[in-house]
Amino acid sequence: MEKRTLLEQKAKEIRIHTLECIAHLGVGHIGGSLSIADVLAVLYYNQMTVDPTNPQKPDRDRFVLSKGHGGPAVYATLALKGYFPMDMLKTLNISNTNLPSHTDKNKTPGVDMTTGSLGQGFSAAVGMATAAQMDKAPYHVYAIIGDGESQEGQIWEAAMFAGNRKLDHLIAFTDYNKAQIDGTTFDINDVDPLDKKWASFKWHVQSIDGHDVMAINEAIENAKQAKGKPSMIILNTVKGKGAYFCEGDPGSHNMPVTMEMAQNAIERLK
Amino acid sequence: MDLRNRQLRDIYSDLLVQEAEKNPQLVIVEADLTKAIKNNQFFEKHPERAINVGVAEANMIGVAAGLANMGKLPFTHTFTPFATRRVFDQVTLSVAYAGLNVKMVGSDPGVMAQLNGGTHMSLEDVGLMRNLPTMTVVEPVDGVQLAGLLPQIIAHQGPVYIRLLRQEFDPIFADGEDFELGKAKTIVEGNDITIFATGIMVKEALDAHAILKEKGIDASVVNIHTVKPIDVAAIVKEAKRTKAVVTAENHNIINGLGSAVAEVLAENYPVPMERVGVKDHFGEVGKKDFLMEKFGLKAKNIVAAVENVLKRKEA
Repeated sequence: MEKRTLLEQKAKEIRIHTLECIAHLGVGHIGGSLSIADVLAVLYYNQMTVDPTNPQKPDRDRFVLSKGHGGPAVYATLALKGYFPMDMLKTLNISNTNLPSHTDKNKTPGVDMTTGSLGQGFSAAVGMATAAQMDKAPYHVYAIIGDGESQEGQIWEAAMFAGNRKLDHLIAFTDYNKAQIDGTTFDINDVDPLDKKWASFKWHVQSIDGHDVMAINEAIENAKQAKGKPSMIILNTVKGKGAYFCEGDPGSHNMPVTMEMAQNAIERLK
Repeated sequence: MDLRNRQLRDIYSDLLVQEAEKNPQLVIVEADLTKAIKNNQFFEKHPERAINVGVAEANMIGVAAGLANMGKLPFTHTFTPFATRRVFDQVTLSVAYAGLNVKMVGSDPGVMAQLNGGTHMSLEDVGLMRNLPTMTVVEPVDGVQLAGLLPQIIAHQGPVYIRLLRQEFDPIFADGEDFELGKAKTIVEGNDITIFATGIMVKEALDAHAILKEKGIDASVVNIHTVKPIDVAAIVKEAKRTKAVVTAENHNIINGLGSAVAEVLAENYPVPMERVGVKDHFGEVGKKDFLMEKFGLKAKNIVAAVENVLKRKEA
């Protein structure tokens, strides 16, 4: 299968299982989960060296979802990769689940860091990349932050440190879907111009279509070649991408999703 | 190593360099107070394992959590208020909730912030940290105790908050004295009342012991260096023996050692007790003696508390 076709197919499957996972519960962080489906497909199906049969393999690439509320999309991806049975996706947020709203490294096989309080996961990813640099290790640390999350001061504390320390083991993405809980990022507290901000913090910066799997793949290849700098790939995305009932809607941060809504959305995706 | 006649930061720094030679995973993460804790020595000896994130305490904790997540053993450091209240959410989630093994040093506890004043004077840090599940909270009294406890802190799997004096200290223990993390240390055994003390208040408790002796009162002085997990058995045993308790701490009496001891007594063996410490005030600028006088942290305040408690014991 052609690479683009394969990755687009995987992104579609991630969206379908994310929709089902949230609809099974009836409510969830649908918008910011669907906007990262394409980058997750590229990471887990073409870029990251991981072994679902050995989630703790020492030299694996690491992944940190600093915008921890996108958990459902990560769970869908990990289930598709075989880290745990697909049926487990139905346990999202149900009592005693191993799939909590926000990603938790002590509960879910394949999750590398516990996140949920915005800004913190990114700082930890920077620490993980620091360890990789100290050990001259072969792996990369990948992290996704949100655009709303970029209003947190800790993001910029970590950004400054990573740039100065030349952490080229670190490849980060901003899910720039321009929407946060209270409205658009432009209206609430504009984070623009993100590319200039990251460049001024001594990062290698690319800004691409965050729903074009081949563009994402190429950007990651470029990032790996950028020696002596951490990489930021700004993914221009649409919140709720792929779900007709909430695409582009800031209200999709956390919203009720019925099985009927999910089924209709899945039909359209297919 | 001279554990008595130097500042505690010199001892801490020597010990850390020594431990780093034994443990290749030990790293330090500083936030622009490296020289204040004398860890510039660590930067010289182990530059590849020493990090300074600058004035960014939240990132210091986050980076340390990330390092611990990759199997490193990070020691962070800043002044007590910034090691606790400023980064409370980072310590709570990135370290404790995530189950990561980070050792966090806060220096200049309570009134020991002295001329840095009220902004730098943490009288709530023990309370904050002991409220976190899995957290161990330790306040070493002197160089001998720090040297005794540090290898155990390193061996312990889980987050530890170390409330550390930085400069001058009163040597309490003789070289070679043994300490066990989580176990109270009896310094003087008496029969009339037990004084549980931590940090700089151990010296005051021993001074109070001498004053009380002249008054015919025979007090036990027990050092609680590990405020969490607290040594329930030792506290109950003392309460059963002397049937009267006073606590002494360089901290707000709310939620520190006094509260911890009161919780143990109330649930196990209630006896009359009184807490000596800062009586729910913010700190302020001043030298140690002035502040200890002002906040009622002197031996005479412990003596007064003992006399009050003994009246209730007899009643």
